Amino acid sequence: MSEQTIHRADVCAVALAEIFRGDGEILANPIGTTPMIGGRLARATFEPELMMTDSEATLIADDRAYGWGDDKVVETWNPYRRMFDLLWGGRRHVVMTPVQIDPFGNMNFAAIGGTVDRPKVQLLGFRGGPGNTISHTTSYWVPKHSAKTFVETVDVVCGVGYDRAAALNPASARFHEIRRVVTDLCVLDFATEDHRMRLASVHPGVSVGAVVEATGFELVLPEPVPVTRLPTDDELRLMNEVIDPEGRRHAEVADP
Amino acid sequence: MADKRCSPDEAVTRLKSGMTIGIGGWGARRKPMSLIRALLRTDIDDLTIASFGGPDVGMLCAAGKVAKVVFAFVSLDAIPLEPHFRAARQSGTVAAEEYDEGQFLLALQAAAWRVPFLPTRVGLGSDVMAHNPRLGTVTSPFPSPDGSAAEELVAVPALELDAALVHYNVGDARGNAAYTGPDPYFDDLMLEAASTGGRIVSVENVVPTAELRSTAGCEHRLRVNRLMVDAVVEAPNGAHPTSCDPDYGTDEAAVAAYAATAKSPDAWQAYRDAWLTLPDEAAYQSAVQAKGAVAR
Repeated sequence: MSEQTIHRADVCAVALAEIFRGDGEILANPIGTTPMIGGRLARATFEPELMMTDSEATLIADDRAYGWGDDKVVETWNPYRRMFDLLWGGRRHVVMTPVQIDPFGNMNFAAIGGTVDRPKVQLLGFRGGPGNTISHTTSYWVPKHSAKTFVETVDVVCGVGYDRAAALNPASARFHEIRRVVTDLCVLDFATEDHRMRLASVHPGVSVGAVVEATGFELVLPEPVPVTRLPTDDELRLMNEVIDPEGRRHAEVADP
Repeated sequence: MADKRCSPDEAVTRLKSGMTIGIGGWGARRKPMSLIRALLRTDIDDLTIASFGGPDVGMLCAAGKVAKVVFAFVSLDAIPLEPHFRAARQSGTVAAEEYDEGQFLLALQAAAWRVPFLPTRVGLGSDVMAHNPRLGTVTSPFPSPDGSAAEELVAVPALELDAALVHYNVGDARGNAAYTGPDPYFDDLMLEAASTGGRIVSVENVVPTAELRSTAGCEHRLRVNRLMVDAVVEAPNGAHPTSCDPDYGTDEAAVAAYAATAKSPDAWQAYRDAWLTLPDEAAYQSAVQAKGAVAR
């Protein structure tokens, strides 16, 4: 067992790495601080064929999650236009952060409340939500699990959930997959008969009750609820020394 | 050979109230801000603005120039949500035509190729279909691979532009131009989707055609040719306060100062008086230099 202290952010990063297990040679495109660290951890350990972005216009081989210099190892050029070729071709697994998500994985980050003509709160817009979710595997990252984010009904469906996908012609929905939702408290998936969101594991030290309380709808609860795995010594070393030497993941996810 | 060079103020005489105008760049990156500033000096309004949006959209909204924004997102990058755009939407003063960003690409491509729509799976099952009534559906004339019913796809209608404003790193007087940064964005598509007469390219630097390829660094970067361009504006630092890599990065302090003015009408008016109602682009650039000198 490790003699290093294990923080909640380490557990989250490992859970985010695990979403890419088995993906093989695709573009892992986790957007955000801890997702980017998790994706790089997956590639540095059990999923070496993944390609990853520099958050700009190239895909790079560097294990470090940020702060690359001119010596970064560029594998290919991937400007925004190429990203659409890649994502519509399906060789991508994206991680986005919802403002709202519902029991079937419908996701909103466009607007809250009001009307189409006059939203109460204008957020980003549809961005790439519709295209990502209908074209390839999608997962979500929620750095602060709360009933404001996990809601019975989202105000605007940007990312397509399982009930919406099921209502489509099967051929149209054949590339749709919402794999997992990772939060600061737990891991959720849709491995139920009707694809209703299920509590897949709670992070060490988190009670099932705490997750239920912070979720604005009824979760499917397995009996017993597993506990999210801890990082290995090697994973901790990689994160601390190579991938995230500045410890940026701890700024996003604090210890309880 | 025609010399298409003109000043920013001369270039925007090509624009009229009520037009649909595409603006190049992405978020706070390589925005044709010298042309936006020139547009802000006119009395043109009632515009429909199509943009991978940044401060271009926010400034035009705040100045009351915009009837409708065609967008997939509007962001200042480091400041994720554009406050002036949000204020306009939340007060109901600016209408929206919303797209997924890939649909936006297809809408421009359809216009550029002069087809009524392009098919895609993007949008199926999402609320973008309800938010944007221009989006339609079309049934594939071909069987599905698994033998099930033919696929229904989204038909993204052509987004025909009356004008397009874009900024590049280098160009010539004829209207050929190149980007030397990491990403072409969608600027060339904006130009191809726009009507003849309204296609305006500003560049950091105008060079003789014989020096264009060597200045650009290689021919792959010569994204824009003169068939796509009606007017050329030499505008050094013309994307300021947005970035124009590799020539300069985003002036984050200037973007933050602009964003902060969304808090009150007075703050916006003061910003407008200080930066946007100067007599011409040269005066703006002098003010930027003076401010930089003070900061140093």
